[in-house]
Order: sequence, then structure tokens, then C-alpha cells
Amino acid sequence: MNRFGVFQIALFVVYLLVQVVVLKNAVFFHTAFCFLYIGYLLRLPVETNHMALIGVGFGMGLLVDVFYDSLGLHTMACVLIMYLRPYWLSLLTPQGGYDSGAMPGIGQFGLQWYLVYATPLVVLHLSVLFFTEAGGFEYFWITVGKIGASALYTLLVLVMVDVFFTGSKR
Amino acid sequence: MERIFLFIYQYRAFFTFLVLELVAVWMFLENNQFQGARFFNSANSVAAAITGFSQNTADYFSLRQVNRALAEENARLRYELEKRNRQLENLSGATADSAIIKQFDFVTAKVVNNSVSRFTNFLTINKGSINGVEPGMAVISQAGVVGKVKVTSRNYSVVTSLLNVDVMISGVLKRTGHFGTVQWDGSDPDYIQLKYIPRHVKPLVGDTVITSGYSGVFPEGIFIGTIADVKLSKEAPFYLLTVKLAQDFRSLSWVTVIRNRLLPELDSLEVRVPDFQ
Repeated sequence: MNRFGVFQIALFVVYLLVQVVVLKNAVFFHTAFCFLYIGYLLRLPVETNHMALIGVGFGMGLLVDVFYDSLGLHTMACVLIMYLRPYWLSLLTPQGGYDSGAMPGIGQFGLQWYLVYATPLVVLHLSVLFFTEAGGFEYFWITVGKIGASALYTLLVLVMVDVFFTGSKR
Repeated sequence: MERIFLFIYQYRAFFTFLVLELVAVWMFLENNQFQGARFFNSANSVAAAITGFSQNTADYFSLRQVNRALAEENARLRYELEKRNRQLENLSGATADSAIIKQFDFVTAKVVNNSVSRFTNFLTINKGSINGVEPGMAVISQAGVVGKVKVTSRNYSVVTSLLNVDVMISGVLKRTGHFGTVQWDGSDPDYIQLKYIPRHVKPLVGDTVITSGYSGVFPEGIFIGTIADVKLSKEAPFYLLTVKLAQDFRSLSWVTVIRNRLLPELDSLEVRVPDFQ
């Protein structure tokens, strides 16, 4: 196991613990949830093996589910966005392609690129999560409200964490 | 044959996705329908220890409030006990059936994990099968109804909160004696709906709603809340009543699990009548 691998595993645990110990209780008005752990999935290196991505998504979703008592729910959403991530990244390839070892983040690609990259994946994740949890479209507008508020909240925290810990280099 | 393997290999990412997604969907359905998957919930000891730690820290901030509530409850219980004792003295001539006097058992438990913001909310408590808690038992707090036990492990149990769109319990308007169904609509954790109260009843804002005791799970007369809003549309056969919950589910820290010793007898009696429910 090289240093990079150990670092990734440590980061995985940190994101998971912050999610289930702190952010699980930081819900605003019973509509805005912060799912910061998506940030870990989004910032894995660009060239990570596709099947490894899906596997990591499955593991992260499953562990979050254990703490949220919603077995399968987060797993479903995570596996879906991790499957779509490489296709979405290849559509967003900047001029000259990705550098080797590049990680999708504000430091390397800038805020605008990051928002274009993260927003659809986060919204898709939250839609799968909340509509499945609500058991369909019966509570449509409440659910849409939850998705919108949670997406704004999650993206805001994602950007803050990214800027704070990696520092904007551009 | 070789071509099939080649095909699968070529689209291996897609097949990985398909398999894991199906596993996730299966887990989700299985967990919701059959209360299975005993290990993968917050009653498992590692997860419960972690959430218990964070809950413990949070508890220090509500100690004063909890103390006051407990003291109030103590006083009320002592009063009830005295009253009951005196009633018994008056009845000392008659022989009471000990099975009925000891019908309900109580287990006090601490809440180690709780949510109020989802459509389906659960809480985890620190008493499990080792303490005699079983799935289906009623859970109350000193203020009112909390929910029903869903699964138990050795030392912990997961309770389906009343704030869960799938939970229905039978409630009675105390003043008029009419009964209806209490169910949450998934929006505000302070309010719950009372349905199927017929038109001819005249419910008023402030009326008390209590449990009916019909299902045998909850004892009769446990407080649910007071009516906050009365709605009756022109053609509707029933009222839509909004009830302000007696228990603030956001500050829940101690609960009581109730076991009804006579429940098996009640159930087996009702099963003998076809189409009872």
C-alpha cells in the first residue's frame, strides 16, 4: 500500500465520520441536508479505474446507510453517480486534457468548472435519495423543495471545504 | 462462449454498476418490507457506540431541562400511585385479577440516535433483547406517544418514530370519545394528522387526543397531543384535524418501552374471528 492509498483511506474515514457524527445533526428547517460525503466521491483522481469508483461509491453509501438506518438508499444514489462520473468528466475535458494524477477540484480547475461538474451529480444524487425515500411522487413539491435546499447547502459546504483545505492556486 | 466473455469484459464497468445497483435496490426493499438485515442498521454495536458518543456530548446541554421534566413526572407519578392505593383500599373486599393489575411492564431506555427530518424517521435506544425489548412493543415518553419497536439487537433497539409516514395508530378524541387514525404527513415534526373523525362530531381547537388501546400495543389513554387546527371541506365525509404533538421529538432523550403481557391473548382471540380487521 503506497502513501497515496493510505491517505485516501484516511480521508474516506474522515469524510464518513464528519457526515454521520456532525452533519447528520446539522439539518436546517427539516429541508436542507448537507451530504458532504459526496465530496469525497467527487474528488477521487480522474484516472481512477471505473470499477474501483463504483466499488468505493458502494462502500461509502453502505456505511452512511448503516448510520442513517436507510439501508440501500444512499448506496443506490452513490453507485449511480459513480457510474456516470467518468462519462461526465470526459464531456468536461478542458483544453489539452487532464494532467496525470489530476483530481477534480477548485484548486486545479477553478470554481466555475467545479460547479458545472458537481451540480448535476449532486442534484441527481439527492433526487434519487429523496424520491426513493418518499416512496415515489406522492409528496412531489415537498421533495423538490428538499432537493433544491439540500443541493444549495451541500454545494456551498463542498466549495468551502475545497477552498479551505486545498487553497485556490489559480 | 468466448464472445460472451469478451462482451462482458468490454462492458465490465456497466455490469459492475448493474450488479451493485441491484444489490442496493434489493437491500432497500428487503429492509423496508421484512424488517430484515439485522446487522446493517444503527442498532449494530459499532455504529451505536459512535452515535451514542455524539449523543452523549449533546445530552449535557439539555441536562437541566431533562432534570426538570423528570422531577415533574416523579411528582405526578407519586400522586397517581397514592390515588391508586386509596382506590385499592376501598376495593379491598373484592378480589382483583393479578394478571390485569400487572398487565403492563415498563423498561426505561435512553435515546442514542434520533431523526425528525426525513419522511421515515427512526430512533435508536440503548435497551435490547437482553432487557426484554421485542419488536412491536410500544414506546412512550413522559409527554406522550413516541413509536413502536422495529428491530432489536442484544443491547440496542431501533424504534419506528410516530413521525413516519408509514406508521398509523388509533387515536381517540377524549372529550367526545370518537376514534380515528393518527398518521404523519411528512412535513412538520411538531404536528400530526388525525383522520376519519366523522362530520357530525364537533371537534374544537384544544381538544385532547389520546391512544384508544384498541390495537393492544399502546395502553389506553396515553397522551398524543392537542388539536391545533380543524378543517372540514364541503363534500368530505371526515374532518382533517391537525394535532400539536405533546412530545417535542427533537429533544427526546429518555423513553419508556411498554410490554403488554395480555397482547398474545388479545391477538389470538381476534384471529379466531375471520375479517375482524
